[in-house]
Amino acid sequence: MIDVTIIGAGVTGSAIARELSKFDLDVLVLEKESDVCEGTSKANSGIVHSGYDAKPGTLKAKFNVEGNKLIHELSKTLDFPFKENGSMVLALEEEGRAGIEELYERGKSNGVPGLRILEKEELHKLEPNVSDAAVCALYAPTGGIVCPFNMTIAFAENAADNGVRFQFDTKVTNIEKKTGDEGNYYLLETSNGNIETKLVINAAGVYSDVFHNMVSSEKLHITPRKGEYLLMDKAAGDLVKSTMFQLPSKLGKGVLVTPTVHGNLMVGPTAEETDDPEDTSTSAQGLDFLFAKGSMSVNSLPRLTITSFAGLRAHEDGGDFVIGEVKDAPGFIDAAGIESPGLTAAPAIGAYVAGIVKELLGASEKKEFIGTRKGIPSMALATPEERAELIASDPSYAHVICRCELVTEGEIKNAINRTLGARTVDGIKRRTRAGMGRCQTGFCLARTIPLLAEALGVDEEEIVKSGNGAYYIEGRIKDSL
Amino acid sequence: MADKKADLIIIGGGPAGLAAAASARKEGLQDILILERDTRLGGILNQCIHNGFGLHTFKEELTGPEYAARFIKQIEDEKIPYMLDTMVVDIAEAGGGDKIVTAMNPKEGLFTVQASAVILAMGCRERPRGALNIPGYRPAGIYSAGTAQYYVNIEGRMPGKKVVILGSGDIGLIMARRMTYEGAKVLCVAELQPYSGGLKRNIVQCLDDFDIPLLLSHTVVDIKGKKRVEGVTIAEVDANRKPIPGTEVFYECDTLLLSCGLIPENELSGKLGVKMNPVTNGAFVNESLETSIPGVFACGNVLHVHDLVDYVSGEAATAGKNAAAYVQGEKKPAGTVIKIKTENGVRYSVPSVVRTGLMPDTLTVRFRVGNEYRDTNLAVYLDGKQLMKLPKRVMAPGEMEQIILVKSKVEEILKTSDASEHEVVIRVED
Repeated sequence: MIDVTIIGAGVTGSAIARELSKFDLDVLVLEKESDVCEGTSKANSGIVHSGYDAKPGTLKAKFNVEGNKLIHELSKTLDFPFKENGSMVLALEEEGRAGIEELYERGKSNGVPGLRILEKEELHKLEPNVSDAAVCALYAPTGGIVCPFNMTIAFAENAADNGVRFQFDTKVTNIEKKTGDEGNYYLLETSNGNIETKLVINAAGVYSDVFHNMVSSEKLHITPRKGEYLLMDKAAGDLVKSTMFQLPSKLGKGVLVTPTVHGNLMVGPTAEETDDPEDTSTSAQGLDFLFAKGSMSVNSLPRLTITSFAGLRAHEDGGDFVIGEVKDAPGFIDAAGIESPGLTAAPAIGAYVAGIVKELLGASEKKEFIGTRKGIPSMALATPEERAELIASDPSYAHVICRCELVTEGEIKNAINRTLGARTVDGIKRRTRAGMGRCQTGFCLARTIPLLAEALGVDEEEIVKSGNGAYYIEGRIKDSL
Repeated sequence: MADKKADLIIIGGGPAGLAAAASARKEGLQDILILERDTRLGGILNQCIHNGFGLHTFKEELTGPEYAARFIKQIEDEKIPYMLDTMVVDIAEAGGGDKIVTAMNPKEGLFTVQASAVILAMGCRERPRGALNIPGYRPAGIYSAGTAQYYVNIEGRMPGKKVVILGSGDIGLIMARRMTYEGAKVLCVAELQPYSGGLKRNIVQCLDDFDIPLLLSHTVVDIKGKKRVEGVTIAEVDANRKPIPGTEVFYECDTLLLSCGLIPENELSGKLGVKMNPVTNGAFVNESLETSIPGVFACGNVLHVHDLVDYVSGEAATAGKNAAAYVQGEKKPAGTVIKIKTENGVRYSVPSVVRTGLMPDTLTVRFRVGNEYRDTNLAVYLDGKQLMKLPKRVMAPGEMEQIILVKSKVEEILKTSDASEHEVVIRVED
């Protein structure tokens, strides 16, 4: 009997796993994809919200503000890229001033530190490329940008280093409440056999209603809400310093224009409801909309898109996060409906859910808990001295695989060989940025695949982009002649 | 203090870098160093195993590797030093006009080389899907044509079996034939523009000969498949290149190859502060192929994308020769400065400025037109006086054009010109 089984290895599941790994518990994470961070966590704005947006008193407000503080610390202890670049909400017309003031007040009651309203002159001084139409802005200095992949990966790796087991390519197909000699437990039917567990944590993103509804008569209903994004070349990365939101107005909800923590520029998201929880396709209308909307925040948005993508947010009908033990299903804990600001909130949700688990199982803290984790070194970011040191430790750190992002063989080997190491090309990409640059794997793909194949001891034909069926190579030349 | 010194550093050991090195050596320059990021010299030619290279340079039809081998032999015979697997990460200006190149490789780690001249010969990369804003899913099975070419020709592996190609750039056309030879079915080549982006001869030899349809004014509007490509939807586009509703046709396929343009790889040049031409994404250069920074020269596809390697070699030889002269301290008076302006259908020119004092007896100026033109003329003026008017049956963006400026003729006009600033204008005329 497993103590705790977490369904879903996205940022929420991984953050919970990391918090649970502080206790003497047998914790298992089940993930239907072949890596962590494969769903909503991989395709979002990468924003660490300051917390002015959510309605006071909601779980979103509570966990957002707490999560923001935690990410500031965790980015250091768990070594993932985070930058406090500040957020701004722009009023693009005079009528917007009231809305800005309302957000300011809301932020204050949510406990967001340092909020300020910037008047036009100061705003344009701080952000010279902001649209001339902007009349004022709410400035939140604690807003930040994070690498959503590496934050999730850092949580998961640290959890695994502390004993949490991750089982990939495992889809939960049914959950049943059971009663045994020692009380209630759950039987999970999965694509890889049955699992008995004392507690279940539902961190299944856009599928979290499905699992909840298997055990509870109080139904949840999640609508996947698609968000498309444009990612631009690093040449456009310093167009703005802060993350630029638009005040929702009669012109629509607006999109954000932000630098990413790695120095690209990003525009997004759209918001479109879909009934397909796997529909991550982009659309011509969506991409056109983003460019047009993004152009409202800045004076001249360059046409330097290097890629576009879409993610799905798990929107629950109630509009708030659903977190806690399910009333009519003791031992089944929801972390459902985690949409924005879910990325920011994740570490706070993790701590909160771990608290529930501790209470329920009476778990004691692990003495040998390792609280820190070291990320993959980055030759691109390293100083000349650090570069020389890395190369001295392993000459393959001087062998460049991805030219655009300057990612070396050493980094790729590190990504494969570490805890929960990469097994797919996307896994390498998210861990090291190989293929994230302006040529989008044009050059490095054919160099990454052999490294993966060699490390995993398989033929190159076995290497996939992400998960089963996403193969790159179809046999040898002349095979079908 | 730099770790090493050289008179001339050439960044890139592809066709441009090799020809530049050979040419600089011919001018008597001894201390040359080629830095190449791949495991062998020759650059992209190594994977271009089709023939058709060298018709201009060697008057015979060679394959890419054969063409490269001719130049590599010169490098070996001349014992010009080169370093492989070596990535240049930075070029900066040092005091006294010198440049410091920072590079790394597994053998020597991170090191710096100080040089008086640098030739930029880094080549280009392919435009990726994202830059084309193609909507749909992002499965495996979408490759740039060059990546597919690497797989087939270098690795001997098939990137797919049922293929749609978007873009009629030369690599895409070549790959249509190549994939067909190796047993794949190429369904069609779709081209957004109403004209092909590649050479006419490639359309005939690679598509027509294999009954592969070329769909002009068509583009991919959707990609299906969550894991691997399952198909693409192609639609016709209107005069504004916007898809026409109702014209969509679904093609079941497992692979989408992209051949939608090449972009010079100038990130290093940009960091160094070289002035860039937004039309070519390459540096602005003068008649000596010298950039805005004295002693930094550029040639080949990093300067502007070429159709034919023969022209790359020729251009690179010029850069090599001039870089050698720079190192050897040859000082000639600049003479009269003439700007080259392009208009009315001519998009850019290389070079964009000519100093008559350093101009050779005949100077080749290369450029591209922005549209397809039939039965027009290329007219060239200097300070308002017509230098030439060349009748052209067909001109297209996919074929580089050139004119030759004759120094004596230029000087003759300048003598009688009273313009305060001198200007050559190249334009398309009826």
